[in-house]
Amino acid sequence: MAAGPSKQMLAELASRPGANALTDKLIRWCFISVSLLFLAALLIAPLGSVLTMALASGLGAYFASFADSDTQSAIKLTLTTAAIVVPLNTVFGIAAAWAIAKFEFRGKSILITAIDLPIAVSPVVSGLIYVMLFGAQGWFGMWLQDHNISIIFAVPGIVLATMFVTFPYVARELIPLMQQLGNDEEEAAITMGAGGLMTFFRVTLPKIRWGLIYGVILTNARAMGEFGAVSVVSGHIRGFTNTMPLHIEILYQEYSFVGAFAVASLLMLLAIFTLVIKTLVEWRGHRG
Amino acid sequence: MAGQRQHSVLPGFGLTVGYTTFFLSLVVLLPLLAMIIKATGISYQAFVHLLIDPNVVSSYKISFGTSLLAALINCVFGFVIAWTLTRYDFPGRKVIDALIDMPFALPTAVSGLALTAVFAQNGWLGMQLAKVGIQVVYTWIGITVALTLIGMPFVVRTLQPALAEAQRDVEDAAETLGAGRFLIFWRIILPTVLPALLTGFAMAFARGIGEYGSVVFISGNLPGKTEITPVLIVQKLEQYKYVDAAALGCIMLCVSFVMLLSINLLQAWSRRRLFVGKH
Repeated sequence: MAAGPSKQMLAELASRPGANALTDKLIRWCFISVSLLFLAALLIAPLGSVLTMALASGLGAYFASFADSDTQSAIKLTLTTAAIVVPLNTVFGIAAAWAIAKFEFRGKSILITAIDLPIAVSPVVSGLIYVMLFGAQGWFGMWLQDHNISIIFAVPGIVLATMFVTFPYVARELIPLMQQLGNDEEEAAITMGAGGLMTFFRVTLPKIRWGLIYGVILTNARAMGEFGAVSVVSGHIRGFTNTMPLHIEILYQEYSFVGAFAVASLLMLLAIFTLVIKTLVEWRGHRG
Repeated sequence: MAGQRQHSVLPGFGLTVGYTTFFLSLVVLLPLLAMIIKATGISYQAFVHLLIDPNVVSSYKISFGTSLLAALINCVFGFVIAWTLTRYDFPGRKVIDALIDMPFALPTAVSGLALTAVFAQNGWLGMQLAKVGIQVVYTWIGITVALTLIGMPFVVRTLQPALAEAQRDVEDAAETLGAGRFLIFWRIILPTVLPALLTGFAMAFARGIGEYGSVVFISGNLPGKTEITPVLIVQKLEQYKYVDAAALGCIMLCVSFVMLLSINLLQAWSRRRLFVGKH
């Protein structure tokens, strides 16, 4: 979570003797301009150019690019994948956070490290491991072929790779939050006769809901935007196994820039939406 | 994975630990194991041959070199940004603060596409840089730019709490005793935030080594010149060299493990450093 300066601290800093000295003003001005220039060059300009390129041939061409059937099926596949992955990882995240935050047991730190693994692993490796498991030369490759089931170069592979990549986010958001909130209220509820589920839904969930919302939104953003892992398992079959990020690459390589940047602008909106939710959650957290 | 627990009145221990371990094993551990076992199928000779293959060696150099450079750039600019956001108030500070997480929320393909658009020969910034003879797209500079963007939030977000929590009274005392700005920075601020800075550096570096999506657009994937190790793995797969791909994947996995371990150690050090003298 971002730790912004408190109003108090900034006011105290401003009121110090010498705060208005020329050198201090100069340093302050330098720091702020360097920060803004760095972010402008690396973040604002690239994002701006996505919009400019998407709208380069006018609004008509921008919206027409979404009428393309391959683009539509890419959007559909991305939505479907997220719809499967996000609920599964949310349930996992809640269970993992409950286990880790509420109990002390042997092997807990190993469990935490294992949950964090997918974040440390390269996206390409994340896709590769599923090819090793389900691909033609993989462990279950022959069996799957005999039974006419395709996982790699098909939708199930995309779902699995996305699940791996977005695995830790809900748990990582909830574990510190639940540890910080402690167990007292839950223990009181149980002692007074509430069941486990009732305690979770009536006591724990209301306390953690903002953190949970951010975890879910972040999982969703990463699921819809995953490129490397999905690229390895997808096989890039147009209209069938192309997600939105993969479709961007194909359109770009075919020089249909308006289409590529139009799809990119949708994903950019998703990222902005995610950040707005994050800011709201933090704002709630500070007030509550 | 889980052993006995201490007594607690809360229910759901068996259920949640069991489910977590089961799902984790199924989705994460089993596939990782499959790759590791597949990689052991490679003969010693073939492994050495793969390791010293010129394309593989140059991909290591490019991946490590650009990740290192990008992480170093982020240490400098990340510090400036974190300092600006924690110590100064200016209009738009909150928006800038929220924007820091943008590279994290933005799909990597979009970051790559966006950077390519800006730094291409006909892009807004690429045009200006081309005038002074710098080509960014399809060179190692482009990879470094992409990795700098991707790693930036890690450095800024680890430095921010460290700078906010730093013992301001010590800085004040030094100033009262006549220390100059440079001395205060070098002897007080830097040592205090060093663990956080190193943690951020390690996180950005680790992320850079594995990064794929944002790099493939801007690098052009020229063999031996701008080909990073993850791209090489994808190529091996496309050539149906599964064992080679698995072996390279395992090497990257080892690097990830080492980085994860270092980051955990650095974070523990960082926490100790910050809370010294506070309790």
